[in-house]
Amino acid sequence: MTGTRDWATDFDHADPAYNANAHAIWADLRGRCPVAHSSAYGGTWLPVRHDDVRAIAYDTDHFSSEGVVVSTTKAEGTAPYGGAPPITADPPAHHDARRILLPAFAPKVVAALEPGVRALCRGLLDRMGDASVVDGAVDYAQHIPPHVIAGMLGFPQADAERFRGFVHDVLEGIDRTPEDREAAFLHLDAYLRDQIDEHLARPREDLTSQLLATEVDGVPVSRQQVHGTILLLLIAGIDTTWSGIGSALWHLAAHPADLARLVAEPALIDRAIEELLRAYAPVTMARIVKQEAVVGGCTMKPRDWVLLPFPAANRDPAAFERADEVILDRAENRHAAFGLGIHRCVGSNLARLEMKVAVQEFVARFPEFVLADPSAVTWSVGQVRGPRRLPIRIARRA
Amino acid sequence: MRVRVDATRCQGHNRCHALAPELFDVDEMGNARERGDGTVPPGLEDSARLAIANCPEYAVWIVEDAS
Repeated sequence: MTGTRDWATDFDHADPAYNANAHAIWADLRGRCPVAHSSAYGGTWLPVRHDDVRAIAYDTDHFSSEGVVVSTTKAEGTAPYGGAPPITADPPAHHDARRILLPAFAPKVVAALEPGVRALCRGLLDRMGDASVVDGAVDYAQHIPPHVIAGMLGFPQADAERFRGFVHDVLEGIDRTPEDREAAFLHLDAYLRDQIDEHLARPREDLTSQLLATEVDGVPVSRQQVHGTILLLLIAGIDTTWSGIGSALWHLAAHPADLARLVAEPALIDRAIEELLRAYAPVTMARIVKQEAVVGGCTMKPRDWVLLPFPAANRDPAAFERADEVILDRAENRHAAFGLGIHRCVGSNLARLEMKVAVQEFVARFPEFVLADPSAVTWSVGQVRGPRRLPIRIARRA
Repeated sequence: MRVRVDATRCQGHNRCHALAPELFDVDEMGNARERGDGTVPPGLEDSARLAIANCPEYAVWIVEDAS
């Protein structure tokens, strides 16, 4: 059920069939063609073996992060920081671009956000009332990250729903014309410009004001760099975590034994979240080839796109025992859901917190639930994979 | 038994600290290091092994005692 395309030579991750059938596609490619290629987007490679994904993630000499969204627009000449540092920065600029962001996402800082995330989740569950069918993506998961990031950045909570539109344009509208993509970016840039102006005029206790006041070695960080960094936080923290939460709920709805086990053994939650992150890692990253490189016998030329499917690496049987099975209490789990190497997701502690609390609260409220209609589930398109429609029938309430 | 975090490999995934907070701490950047000289008190050997087995960067090691 992988459609009529030959995914080894003609894949397109904007085709809805790609994410809908991702696990089967990756398993097929892993067996016969560990590095797929497509002429889409000016030439794009897709390695699916853990070792190849890992090697590229560590190789910043041959692979640049200047472009990380494979689409009709390919960044050029934006070094050293790129449009959304630190994710778009290569060494050595990457180091300082990342350093200004890390303290806000350190484990102890993020842990303090837990009560707020829990209250948000409970409020969303309250809003569902007595409905017998709820949408785990539309009514729940998609609301959680935008409100959390709006709170951190000090942006109006009322704007949280708009953020999803920005994210959709950047990450799902990958096959629109370059002109359409540029227009969408202008829209987002105008919004960020207004927010930054507002914070410069009235500084306050939030991450935006903090970044605007940051100095590195006595030199203020430029407004342009702060703008790009905030753009990253707004785009990278929303549909990724929403997808992680949605996929976790999808799995539990489709696997009653795992749901029952999690309800019976709530202490399993941490290992369960790690395992669900491994099995349903939402994020595929990308690189632009900087210097010719050979991966899996394929010669990659400068300016080629390379997709880095961490979710495929996480299901490689060469790297994980029983890789295609979800084992909620898997003890050894070196999964790469948040990337590997210097670009490890800066928000990983926050994403984990949101996923854990969202799943805990949903399961506590609804200890039994199933997919209301498996054929009604839809998946995102592009490099972030997760359910976008997820009708769930509530079988029992706490 | 002693554990050690290789600071050149650690990327701040925070797995060791989450699994064995008695053995690992994180700094304000979120990067990990072993507590003290890394000596694993009796009873925490399994926590140490879990921390090692869950580091995606292979940054956590067991250092065999010389004695």
